[in-house]
Amino acid sequence: MARRYLLGGLRPGQSAVIRSVKGEAAFCLRLAEMGLTPGARVLLCRRAPLGDPIELIVRGYALALRGEDANRIEVEKVRPQRRTKGGY
Amino acid sequence: MLKAALCGNPNCGKTTLYNRLTGQRQAVGNWAGVTVQGVYGELRIKNERCILIDLPGIYSLSAFSLEEKAAWQALIKEEPDLILSIVDATNLERSLYLSLQLLTLGRPVLIAVNMLDALRSQGGWLDCAALEDALGVPVLPICARSGEGVARLCEAALQQARAGKTPPALSYSQKAGQALNQIERMIAVACQARRLPAAFYAARLLAGDSSAAQELGLSENVLRQIDGIASAYAAPCGGDRAAMLAGERYRLIARMAAQALHPGGRERERTERIDSLLLHRLLALPIFFLMLLAVFSVTFGPAGRMLKGMLEGLNGQLGMAAERLLLACGAPEWTRSLLCDAVIGGVGGVLSFLPQMALLFLSLALLEDSGYMARAAFLMDRPLRALGLGGKSFIPMLMGFGCTTPAVMAARAMGSERERRMTVLLVPFMSCGARLPIYALFSSTFFPGKEGRVVFFLYLTGIAVALLCGIFLKNSSFAGKPSPFILELPSYRMPRLADTLRHTGERCKGFLYKAGTVIFAMNIVCWLLQHLTPGMLWTGDAQGSIFAYLGRVIAPVFTPLGFGGWQEAVALLGGLIAKESVVSTLGILYGAGSPAALSAAIRTRFTPLSALSFMVFCLLYMPCLSAFATICRELHSLRQGLAAAVLQTAIAYLAAFLVYSFGLYSPLNG
Repeated sequence: MARRYLLGGLRPGQSAVIRSVKGEAAFCLRLAEMGLTPGARVLLCRRAPLGDPIELIVRGYALALRGEDANRIEVEKVRPQRRTKGGY
Repeated sequence: MLKAALCGNPNCGKTTLYNRLTGQRQAVGNWAGVTVQGVYGELRIKNERCILIDLPGIYSLSAFSLEEKAAWQALIKEEPDLILSIVDATNLERSLYLSLQLLTLGRPVLIAVNMLDALRSQGGWLDCAALEDALGVPVLPICARSGEGVARLCEAALQQARAGKTPPALSYSQKAGQALNQIERMIAVACQARRLPAAFYAARLLAGDSSAAQELGLSENVLRQIDGIASAYAAPCGGDRAAMLAGERYRLIARMAAQALHPGGRERERTERIDSLLLHRLLALPIFFLMLLAVFSVTFGPAGRMLKGMLEGLNGQLGMAAERLLLACGAPEWTRSLLCDAVIGGVGGVLSFLPQMALLFLSLALLEDSGYMARAAFLMDRPLRALGLGGKSFIPMLMGFGCTTPAVMAARAMGSERERRMTVLLVPFMSCGARLPIYALFSSTFFPGKEGRVVFFLYLTGIAVALLCGIFLKNSSFAGKPSPFILELPSYRMPRLADTLRHTGERCKGFLYKAGTVIFAMNIVCWLLQHLTPGMLWTGDAQGSIFAYLGRVIAPVFTPLGFGGWQEAVALLGGLIAKESVVSTLGILYGAGSPAALSAAIRTRFTPLSALSFMVFCLLYMPCLSAFATICRELHSLRQGLAAAVLQTAIAYLAAFLVYSFGLYSPLNG
């Protein structure tokens, strides 16, 4: 099995696939509804100037999350998709 | 009469479509939470009267924030004949998530795909027919901005609503379908009795939403059975029922998108390029503060001053012309006084601040329409956490610089009740546009050439007080952790000049309306109270008027702040109706018919120091009555609203007292 990381620990520009989300039910539901479900591919776009929050690209749109919340998401790193079609 | 509900993600063009359909002018903006309450409008399609409900933008039908709860409750209670689901073509997958939920409400649904032009311009395309096949309901392309396809949408909506056909069930995986069917059968009776959609409630129960069980009044026994079904279903996903079902929906959507959508992506790249500068690690915060500074320099700098000077000149000429005319006609003194002092001097004096307000509103509108607001929230999240708030609170606070009332309402988009109430309490310290005339008058009189800096200092004072109060609240009655910060950063959009100007125009119209009604009436009342003695006799000498008596009672309270005259006390009372009227009331009470005369009059009444103290008091004391009423409503408590108002006034008093007392030892005390 590939090694698991916490989403908040990725470096800007790294892509990953979500494996699991932990936390309160309402929090997990909201993340799932925003498209952060197991199997979804995310790209950590950047960190805010003060290091937190972080900006993700998921399902073709940009979403901001706090690092501590992102660390409740376990991911597996994948190689960045080539942007041939401009999508992520 | 048909009833249709507009439903969609925040920022998907729903309000633009609503305005186009009904001819109304609701504010639009490029960030989540512009429409905070459901708005009702009417339109005619082929002579059929239709009611259109514009609901707040939501991401899903689970009640995460106050406005989401409001939206889905309205969807169920209003029993619309048609649900119009607006889908953003450039953000198809997430938009469709909500559409899938809407399909389970047991109402006819029509899907309108907006922003197809944006998708096309970024090199993508969408096959609406394929989407229609997959969803089983009509899918129509529209462009809400240009109005393309809207007429066809109306016809289709009418047809769909008349047919009253409910959408077919969705084809989830076999496991999910079975689980949902089982639950649906178990709750069918309870749902029918309450006229609630069974499919929607079955999904909520499967996802483990405990409030759904309460709403249906399910027995312990049934609930246990449902839990059994749900845990068996969610076992492969580690028991997380909510994520399992959401994942299922997204898989369904991904299948549809694979067939119907080619995403392109140039717009994302453009947004990415802009963000690589505006959200740059080192440059983002300097750029952010420069932008705020730019807003203030435009408003209070040469451009704003010049425009204001022009209006003042015009107003002064009008006053003199009226006076000459009335003298020539031999009009009695009281007529001249009423018209020249109260009407032209008072109302006109307030109106001369319109250009500066318009510039402030225009700047805010540009920030909102472009999509920068969400970035501001992103940048400010970390600093605001020191107050136990999150970045989302920043948007209402920034709006508070425009007008407190809508800003307080915008706090409904907050993630938690604690943060919402705290934001409502802190927003009034953000100096609203209506206080601007006060600063402009006093700073240009006492600090010529330094107006910009003085006003910026006042705004900073307001922010500092909000910070202190925030820290205090966080450590007392509002202890707790900030709720999770989950915020979409929308793609930048070039603000359309027409939209931005209309947005600004609407707010200016609000100001003009206020000047023509509340402030006008206030000025007449003030003028009367100032020219009548307590015995209801006419007096030309203000010293013997009702106002003077009243003012003398309150005035001593303000002596420690440096402005103990009865006129100032009365003006501050007038400010409770509308902050702008502080200036106009002073104008009437000093008998100053023109801005120049008013400026000269306050020079004799104030020192630079007491002027500063007066401005600080105006900045912080209880907001105007309309804002106060909104705060009470949003706090759901008159008592708490009153407590907040008393506290605000006490803080204002203390701050002004400190400024005045310390200032006595500074060169300002000249």
